[in-house]
Amino acid sequence: MTFDRRRQLTTIAGQCGSIFVTLFGLLILTFVIGRIMPTDPVRAIVGEDATREVYENVYRQLGLDRPVWEQFFMYLRDVVTLDFGTSIRTGQPVLQDIIHVLPATIELATFAIIVGAGVGIPLGVLAAVHKDRWQDHVIRVFSLMGHSMPIFWTGMIALLVFYAGLGWVGGSGRMSQFYIGLVPERTNFLLIDSALAGEWDVFFSALNHIILPASLLGYSSSAYITRMTRSFMLDQINQEYITTARVKGLSQRQTIWRHAFGNIRVQLVTIVALAYGALLEGAVLIETVFAWPGFGQYLTSNLLIGDMNAVMTCVLIVGVIFIALNILSDLLYRIFDPRTR
Amino acid sequence: MTDATPGPKARPARLQSLTALRNIMVFLFKTPTSAFAMVVLAILVLVALFAPWVATHNPYMQDLQNTLSPPSGAHYFGTDELGRDIFSRLVYGTRITLTIIFLVTITVGPLGLIVGAVAGYRGGKTDIVLMRVTDIFLSFPSLILSLAFVAALGPSLNNAIIAISLTAWPPIARLARAETLTFRKADYIAAARLQGASTTRILWKSIMPMCLPSVVIRLTLNMATVILTAAGLGFLGLGAQPPMPEWGAMIATGRRFMIDSWWLVTFPGVAILTVSLAFNLLGDGLRDALDPKQMMKR
Repeated sequence: MTFDRRRQLTTIAGQCGSIFVTLFGLLILTFVIGRIMPTDPVRAIVGEDATREVYENVYRQLGLDRPVWEQFFMYLRDVVTLDFGTSIRTGQPVLQDIIHVLPATIELATFAIIVGAGVGIPLGVLAAVHKDRWQDHVIRVFSLMGHSMPIFWTGMIALLVFYAGLGWVGGSGRMSQFYIGLVPERTNFLLIDSALAGEWDVFFSALNHIILPASLLGYSSSAYITRMTRSFMLDQINQEYITTARVKGLSQRQTIWRHAFGNIRVQLVTIVALAYGALLEGAVLIETVFAWPGFGQYLTSNLLIGDMNAVMTCVLIVGVIFIALNILSDLLYRIFDPRTR
Repeated sequence: MTDATPGPKARPARLQSLTALRNIMVFLFKTPTSAFAMVVLAILVLVALFAPWVATHNPYMQDLQNTLSPPSGAHYFGTDELGRDIFSRLVYGTRITLTIIFLVTITVGPLGLIVGAVAGYRGGKTDIVLMRVTDIFLSFPSLILSLAFVAALGPSLNNAIIAISLTAWPPIARLARAETLTFRKADYIAAARLQGASTTRILWKSIMPMCLPSVVIRLTLNMATVILTAAGLGFLGLGAQPPMPEWGAMIATGRRFMIDSWWLVTFPGVAILTVSLAFNLLGDGLRDALDPKQMMKR
């Protein structure tokens, strides 16, 4: 028992160590990317017509006259104290900006992952059960299609058809222009805020606006979920306990959903957690198309004007979210799977 | 895979690999989805090669009398806001797409293969360091990291290719390492070492060829992602710059006229979708074709 406990502690310590190293590497990477850029960070702040004196002042203020390693430690210190500098575009501290825009993206991504898992998992099970028959082929093409579409383009076409053409859903943005500013900002999750305030008109407007981008994002992530569900299920279906269950006279539904599916739930949780991280990538593009005031739009609009402080912080935060999701999926696996205890 | 039992006269290795290749091709053409993919990709290559003959107009030539005209006999896919023929632009765009894929693949393949094989074969500290670096790159979604690189290097097609390559090698390295680990203790490696072969020679002659099949599949599957990332960068204005007929950039400029002139964004999007779907289907088929369980069924 004590031996087990000690071994557990060593693994945890080892993992913490590797997480630490990865985080450190992440910082080196963002630092290096921030330094190789051709745009002059000083010019970006002082503008084109600044005098030489002003220029050199800012140059020193930014610490650009010090050796590289010293600059890196300054960067490290800033990050540890959560001081990411000020965004040139908005004039606000970058961290504050990001905290402000992140909920919109999380709302979108969460909605999307519900769609993705809701579509992907049943399709994956269906494909496994009907392996090599037409259902399997149709599902394969359907899900690969989701994986192959350029999401910014699908977003535009969907807007054209469902908003401009049919008028089934709201257009771009998080809600109709009409409602902006009506709901007090508490959590910045619009669906939650409007429900809390009892503004049901706003709530439905928000729902109307989120449904299209979230469904598209969800569809694109469902490809991965479908494929993994299918292969997990195939592993289970070929095992003897499934034959036993069938021999016992259980119905197909019970065999598949109770027995086989019950055994892959743990693996699925980790897959969904990883897919959630991958959604952030699609979010960058889809937010641009749908004028969704979230993290992705913040990143791209700063990118285009060369606001490197903001861009590097965004990249760093995405990296941290990714690492956190990896740890989370690992943790969930440990909690739910009795064999890893 | 092929006729494994050595006959009285062993067949030359070159012939054997040719047979294996033929078997894979036969398998691919028997599956409807991969057959479709092969046809699409063959068309893509042909169109790119013979672009001047396939295109009906000069892709850069403006015709301001004839802007935003819908698809017709004269302009199969209509014209854009400067009166350029969209069909011809798409045709020339295949060259850009194939260039991106080609350059990324020849950078990423060898790089990933070398890093993975060295890490797997040397083990120990080399392995830890190389895999840590790989993990750091893997901890970003590829588009975000490419965005950061392009932002730093400045937007252009070449920089987009560099950025995509920088983000696409880690999965290949992981794969090559995993493959290497499975046979680094094999007898034939030990034999090579006993004969006095250097580490470089063992890596080059004995290990890397063994990793090649799975790396090739992975690269094929990767091509779809490369196309989508390149198009995404083009769309955000960070990849190919106008007036280049890059498909993602065409969608970005067509976006302003989308409501009245649907053909501006529709056709480039269909082109991207078709090509990336073809690569995904082909990768899927290749995976099945090289899977020993599937080979039995033949």
